[in-house]
Amino acid sequence: MVPLEEVRGMEIPENIKKRLSIPFEENFYAGHTACQGCGAALGLRYVLKAYGKKAIFTIPACCSTIIAGPWPYSAFGAPLFHTAFETTGAVISGIEAALKAKGYKVKGKDGIMVVGWAGDGGTADIGLQALSGFLERGHDALYIMYDNEAYMNTGIQRSSSTPYGAWTTNTPGGKKHFLEKRHKKKVIDIVIAHKVPYAATASIAFPEDFIRKLKKAQEIPGPSFIQLFAPCPTGWRSPTDKSIELARLAVQTAYFPLFEYENGKYKINMPNPKKEPKPIEEFLKLQGRFKYMTKEDIEVLQEWVLREWEELKKKAEVFG
Amino acid sequence: MPMRKVMKGNEAAAWAAKLAKPKVIAAFPITPSTLVPEKISEFVANGELDAEFIKVESEHSAISACVGASAAGVRAFTATASQGLALMHEILFIAAGMRLPIVMAIGNRALSAPINIWNDWQDTISERDTGWIQFYAENNQEALDLILIAFKVAEDERVLLPAMTGFDAFILTHTVEPVEIPDQELVDEFLGEYKPKHAYLDPKRPITQGTLGFPAHYMEARYKVWEAMENARQVIKEVFEEFEKKFGRKYQMVEEYKTDDAEIVMITMGSLAGTLKEFVDKKREEGVKVGAAKITVYRPFPIEEIRALAKKAKVLAILEKDISFGSGGAVFADVARSLINEKEKPIVLDFIIGLGGRDVTFGQLEEALSIAEKAMKEGVEEEVYWIGLRKEIL
Repeated sequence: MVPLEEVRGMEIPENIKKRLSIPFEENFYAGHTACQGCGAALGLRYVLKAYGKKAIFTIPACCSTIIAGPWPYSAFGAPLFHTAFETTGAVISGIEAALKAKGYKVKGKDGIMVVGWAGDGGTADIGLQALSGFLERGHDALYIMYDNEAYMNTGIQRSSSTPYGAWTTNTPGGKKHFLEKRHKKKVIDIVIAHKVPYAATASIAFPEDFIRKLKKAQEIPGPSFIQLFAPCPTGWRSPTDKSIELARLAVQTAYFPLFEYENGKYKINMPNPKKEPKPIEEFLKLQGRFKYMTKEDIEVLQEWVLREWEELKKKAEVFG
Repeated sequence: MPMRKVMKGNEAAAWAAKLAKPKVIAAFPITPSTLVPEKISEFVANGELDAEFIKVESEHSAISACVGASAAGVRAFTATASQGLALMHEILFIAAGMRLPIVMAIGNRALSAPINIWNDWQDTISERDTGWIQFYAENNQEALDLILIAFKVAEDERVLLPAMTGFDAFILTHTVEPVEIPDQELVDEFLGEYKPKHAYLDPKRPITQGTLGFPAHYMEARYKVWEAMENARQVIKEVFEEFEKKFGRKYQMVEEYKTDDAEIVMITMGSLAGTLKEFVDKKREEGVKVGAAKITVYRPFPIEEIRALAKKAKVLAILEKDISFGSGGAVFADVARSLINEKEKPIVLDFIIGLGGRDVTFGQLEEALSIAEKAMKEGVEEEVYWIGLRKEIL
């Protein structure tokens, strides 16, 4: 696989490169095997832009295992280590310890970034214990949970990060209205309960914000965590050209607000806490996975979104 | 000059780790192995060992962190037993498949249920197919030596497989014996600094490891593990020789004891070999032509050595502390497999003994021997013999 620049045969003038709001450099190469409109693939591209080749990635069993390319191909311009589903937190701990033992600079300016990149199932469910261990022990590494709200790689099964009212292949609707009945697990709150130095939510719709957070995660010593909202057209039954729009709407409806938790302080980035968020229906209606929801279901979800949003605003007020 | 100290098996294992100078140790407490990482953390705390000690939240994470560390190109070590090893099961395959020369000390312990913290070999035997090299120690000295040997074999470029050294729970882990601690300088010469020539994670040289292998490639990757394990036979022999030259203690794939004119050879592993040799001495005084053999290396299985041994005897009696339900003893199966295509072969008997810390007495060995003597004359009566069963509580 080759750098995009070579594929396109483009030469970008230096003065234009300077005007770009995100790094020009590509380290996630053309030829990866993600589905059309994949939010996770875009996320990977941004992370590899932010850190260049000075990062070591660990990926557990998830879509990204496939996206990175099968042997003998790799879409990664940085070292990549594939591991078992529940081990991301432990493996990045081991890599960080090894680099330190070798005398390498880890994190900080010009330091190597040790990055775990795991899906919501691999983080919120099967990988939660290893994540907790990693956070609690205070390793200098970054854990990114790319959240597409279900087990997409195995064919769209619900995870604890799947929202209320969603269709998945094991919450299929049917006569008994067997849709997802639990609200989305707030993994970020579990992370913050570890009193980590830096935790944030991010979205593929806002790459500048995401890359700024990645840089911050590099600067602040200790364990960092970013929950990245990454739409999945295949699993969400949404048009492949709507991924960015959906990710943006998730923020604008306050369904997935962007915020940072830094050394005990909360800061809301988006949406504007002083304005009413957009109604959740705007986010739901573009996705086939929510089409079985009744009016009452939508009310239940809307109420939950606003309650969570109020809670976050209070936290930002009190601990801002 | 080497130092002699009286110490527990667990301490001997910790000393071996200290001498090998791993850069990363990740471990989780479990009886009977807890003392190994405990002692290592003391070494690290006192500045006697320069290493990162990761206090992980489970054995699964212990081996996963070792996998990460080894993949980043450093020597990594851990210790566990029983349920802890079973919890690691999934990652053991990954460590071997990724060709990461991690070394692990095991205080061989039974598996639940019922809950039992005492000795048998079910834990390591159950991991025989993961691609790890397996050594079994007879005493505390062997526990120390076979951990050093494990590093040397595992890191050999012809092998590059992880290795585990087992020593029996409580019988060795918690029992004190005099142990000779080799000179650090000699160990440094023997092991050398770990500088992997193969691929490891480094931003200067981006590579992808452990990637998806389609049916077009997977089988070849598995074959390479097989080939590495086959190479290990020769490498282990070379390392045993080098170890003997340097440290004066001799190791063999299979150690024979009074087998030359033996009609019956009783075969076992681990600390039971010590008891067995004493039993053989006693029976020899009584004029019985019996010998003993100890399997030191269980993976790769010493097929040739067992064949050579089989030529000497009329009966091989396998005494083992493990059971594969619905088949029998695992060591028996390996011995039988080694002999299956031989033109002439002895009777091979399968004895299950000493499970879950049941003390193996001379009385039990007498029972096994008398079954073997009877089988030599009248043939085999049972597929699997359970020795020392308390029939009154069944």
